[in-house]
Amino acid sequence: MLPDPLVLFFLLGLVARLLRSDLKVPEALYEALALYLLLAIGLKGGVELASHPLGGLGAKIAGVLALGFATPVVAYAALRGLGRLPVADSASIAGHYGSVSVVTFAVATGWLASRGIAHEPYMALFVALLEVPGILVGIAISRLHAPGRVAWGRLLHEVFLGKGIVLLIGGLAIGWAAGPAQFAPLKPLFADLFKGVLAFFLLEMGLVVASQLGELRRAGLFLPAFALAAPVAFGAAGAWAGTMLGFTPGGAAIVATLAASASYIAAPTAMRIAIPEASPALSLTAALGVTFPFNLFVGIPLYHRYAAAAAG
Amino acid sequence: MDTHPRKLLVIIAEAALEKALVADAKRLGALGHTVHDVRGGGRHGTRAGDWEADRSIELKVIATEAVAEAIARHVLSTYCPNYSVTMFLADAQVLRPEKFP
Repeated sequence: MLPDPLVLFFLLGLVARLLRSDLKVPEALYEALALYLLLAIGLKGGVELASHPLGGLGAKIAGVLALGFATPVVAYAALRGLGRLPVADSASIAGHYGSVSVVTFAVATGWLASRGIAHEPYMALFVALLEVPGILVGIAISRLHAPGRVAWGRLLHEVFLGKGIVLLIGGLAIGWAAGPAQFAPLKPLFADLFKGVLAFFLLEMGLVVASQLGELRRAGLFLPAFALAAPVAFGAAGAWAGTMLGFTPGGAAIVATLAASASYIAAPTAMRIAIPEASPALSLTAALGVTFPFNLFVGIPLYHRYAAAAAG
Repeated sequence: MDTHPRKLLVIIAEAALEKALVADAKRLGALGHTVHDVRGGGRHGTRAGDWEADRSIELKVIATEAVAEAIARHVLSTYCPNYSVTMFLADAQVLRPEKFP
């Protein structure tokens, strides 16, 4: 079967940058695309929330949040214990892996939709929820070891009022308040064009990942190995937890994808401010250079298989 | 034309520091500031500014020598050990000294 064209846009960006093409996505367009993606994901989730019963949502939220707090702790233990990385770097990388990648989520929902696999309509809610725990755990661990003054006020402001959470939660609220009928006039822009915009974004991601690959050569063996093992392990944990929490196999596959993905939008800025001693190159090389493409090509189908197996 | 000597302090840094740098400059006595988005590179690599974590800013402050040096000292001790920062001072002549006390 031919690969999803979305993935080919990513490859186009990757190859273009590796061949030193002058191709560049203007900064303002990138910002606009990110804004659109976050808002569209929120809106779509909100509209579907409005027309579906919310039975058992509380337990699912609690369970998924628990998973969100557990993965960065495990990641930290592995980075520190097996990789012997410094505390600051381990905490920062753990924070990235505890948080989630919105683009990976968008590709996963597209992958499921194109195969006619249903999932719970409110998964966007979990993207917003899972942005936070990883970052909090990363900061907490680093400060446990190096107690110093943390400007918690500024930091929490950064974490909770970053554009990701504001747009996701705002979109969810607007979509939920509007419902399907009132959303109809917005649908051509926010729903029908979604995949096209995502293609643009993946082109840009290809360019960014290619410029990250140089760092990979300097990273040694442990970090790339971690960046491959972490999504496989966290994906399995996510699929199992999702199934236990009563998600459909499609929903559990998304929980698995979220657990397996690493943030490169919300986490880097928060971590940079909170843990200045940590090298940003390490976490970005792992999250963006290895884990993101792995999830795109191998991870998403794998997590769906995990979820299907967990469902029996 | 009457001119008055002041110092121009230019700080080029990771975009993540923008809010903190502006707040510190104000706290240490700068009345105004200007920020640009920039890109560039050095010994430790290139910051092309393609996306969030790769973005850089240039912050300019015109102030008296004492204020400019206080800001520079603070940035040196607080941010330079862990962040990418380039910083320099230059002589400037201003026309309205009351704007740069």
